[in-house]
Parts: sequence; C-alpha cells; structure tokens
Amino acid sequence: MKATTPRQDLIRGIWRENPVLVQLLGLCPTLAVTNTVANSIAMGLATFFVLVGSSFLVSSLRKLIPNEVRISAYILIIATFVTLVDILLQAIVPDIHKALGAFIALIVVNCMILGRQEAFASKRPIGRAVLDAVGTGTGFMIALLMMGGFREVLGNGSLLGVRVMPAGFEPWIIMILPPGGFFTLGFILLAFGWWKTREDEKPKLRHWPHGVASASDREEAAV
Amino acid sequence: MSPHGPSLPVQSQVPATRLVATLAIAGALAGFLIVSVFQWAQPRILLHQAEVLRGAINEVLGGPDHYETLFVIDGALTPDLAAGADSTAYERVWLGYDAAGRTVGYAIVGQEPGFQDVIRLIFGYDPATGQLLGMKVLESKETPGLGDKIEKDTAFVGAFVGTATPLHGVKANTGSDEPGQVDMITGATISSRVVIGIINHRLDNLGPLIERYRAQGAN
Repeated sequence: MKATTPRQDLIRGIWRENPVLVQLLGLCPTLAVTNTVANSIAMGLATFFVLVGSSFLVSSLRKLIPNEVRISAYILIIATFVTLVDILLQAIVPDIHKALGAFIALIVVNCMILGRQEAFASKRPIGRAVLDAVGTGTGFMIALLMMGGFREVLGNGSLLGVRVMPAGFEPWIIMILPPGGFFTLGFILLAFGWWKTREDEKPKLRHWPHGVASASDREEAAV
Repeated sequence: MSPHGPSLPVQSQVPATRLVATLAIAGALAGFLIVSVFQWAQPRILLHQAEVLRGAINEVLGGPDHYETLFVIDGALTPDLAAGADSTAYERVWLGYDAAGRTVGYAIVGQEPGFQDVIRLIFGYDPATGQLLGMKVLESKETPGLGDKIEKDTAFVGAFVGTATPLHGVKANTGSDEPGQVDMITGATISSRVVIGIINHRLDNLGPLIERYRAQGAN
C-alpha cells in the first residue's frame, strides 16, 4: 500500500476522493433521503458515527480477526453500530428517526463503510484508520448537504425549513421526489467532473515555468 | 522467482475452531451491547410515544380538561380492565371531559393502507351532535409535496372540525356545501379518500359501541 501522511489520510476523502462525488459509493441513501437539508444532516451524522466507530474497532481488532472470516466480522461490527444508532435516534430524536425511516437500517449495506474497512482500516493503525474515517465521513456529509440544499431550495422553496425563495415561487415538486435525486446527482457529478478535469490539467503547465510547452514536450511528459 | 522454484501460495494455518470462536465472541459482544443500549432506550421510546399520543388526543378533542381510556372488550366499551391485563393489548378509545365533568367527545385511532404505506390517524368525534372535533395524522409515508398534504395542508386538516358524519369527499372548489362534505386535495385524491374512509369505517365499527356505552352510563 502506498505510504501516506496522516494529513493525506484525513483530507483525501473529503474532496479529491469524495466517496459519493468521485467513488460513487453509498448512492442509495444519497438519492433517497436528501430531499431536505435536515434529513441530509441526520443521515450524514448517523453514517459518520457508524463509519468512525467501525473503523476504530476494525483497526483495533485487525490482528485478532482471522483473514477467512474478516468480511463477516466487519459486517457484524457495522451492523452493531447501525443498530445502536437506530435505537439511540429513536430514543433521543424520534422525529428525525421517523423521517429517515428504513434508511437508517440500510446503512449496514452502505458499500462506502465496508469499503473503508476492507481497503484501509483493516491494514492500518487505529489513528490512521480513524483519520481516514473522519475524512470520508465528512466527504459523505458534504455530498449529502449539496444534494439536500439544492433539492430543498428548488423542491420546497426553503432551506432548513426557512423560506428562502420569493413568495411567487412555485416549488418544483419533482426535486423532492425520487427523480429529483437522480437529476440533482447528475448535475452535481457533471459540475464536479468538469471542475476535476480542469484541476487535473493545471499541474502539467507547471512543468514549463518559462512558457507554454511545445507539443513534443507534452508528448515526452506523457510518456 | 526464488532459487528453489516458484513460491507456492501460503496455506491458511488458522484452525476452524478459532474462526468459529472469533465470530461467536464477536456476536455475543454485539448482542450484549445492543441489549444494554436497548434497555436504556426503551423506556424513553415508550415515554415519547405516550407523549405523542397524549398530545394528539388533546388536539383532536379540542383541549379537554381530562380524558379517560376505554377498552374494547367483547364488543363493548369499558373503562375497567382485569387486574394484571396488558392495557396495550386491547383496542382503545379515549373519552374527553370538560372542566365541569361533561363529556366532550371520543378520540379514536384508525389505520388503512394509503398510496405508499399505511396511514394512521386519530380523530375526535362527538356522538351527541354526530360531528367531528378534529383529525390528526399520526403516521404516513405519503408522497412528499403531494400526499403528505393530508397532514400539512391546514385547510384540509381544518375541514374536519365541526363536520357532520358520515363524511364524503368531493373535488376541491365545487362550490357545494352539503353536510359531511370534505374537499379532497388536488394531486392527493387517493390519500384524501383514504383519510375520509378511515374515519367512516371506524365510526361504522365503533359508533354502535359508543351509543351503547352512552346509553348505559348516560355519557
């Protein structure tokens, strides 16, 4: 595995390797519960808690869990955290629990969480695993908030329940229905892809500080 | 390649018992943790559910001074339950009283399949006038922005206050004003019809029981 610094472990998942916008993982909750900002925050926090808790435990137990049963053990750990979140939300914030419905339980099968355990937490020390989980969880939250903000403003004319659109604005109901999730995700991925392409092209020019590189220079660099 | 030929994949040396033991211990710990948290959370969850129900009963009875729980046992309403019986195992209605001790009306819960999932609601009913006192949706997963108007549309929810029963739904803004008429929500016809249906069906079932109870106790 490529050596990384703690800082890289933390910030990688937030933007450059964002689980939703780049890796396209965990799309089920991303599409299903982002019709309002409040739901996005609740789902983001619940997933964050499960991800950080699971990464901590998987990394702590990595030398005790035999390779042959690792996936079963990871799923068990994740499912335990999800059940705890489910019960705690129901006891502490029942209204949010009601709004998120079945999707809390479905965090168990969020491939982003199992992916981080298998690819990172199971091979790295506890500190690094937690940093990676915090970064990835934050990246997931950012993606959900982008979706939730966009959909709530257009679909309901409000942001966090506070009306932000002018009185004459007719809400685009479709934005808070399932198709709106797909449209929004499509637009955000398009914008993100466009931004990333531009960013990726920038460093190439830095190799030639004295002017624009010739075509042959670029070909050489590509080889 | 090593000087002694190609290296063979390393065979697992982990005995089967250890694999089973690992999963068994992990499962036992997970179970212990979940049960512990559940035992802490359950009283709070039940308390919250009871608070929600209490608030809803007060709302649909128009803020009574107090109310009494009646149980449906053997086709009759009764306030008394056998000692040791589980009060949640029986169907319940709630009878509200005003400050002077006069009956205000009955709060009744009903549920039926809606457009997406089951719609569960509570409504207040005054048998003396045959009119409704209010309606509140307790549970619904109807389409956001359309079907969920059955709980968010104040005009629709308010239309149940003081309306005679049985109800019949009509298309919105028809201009007619017959007793028992409720304007259905445009774009949420199925959900509106289900709400009206739940109230009518519950009154069909419980109306005779309520009349009998009133006749017995002059309530």
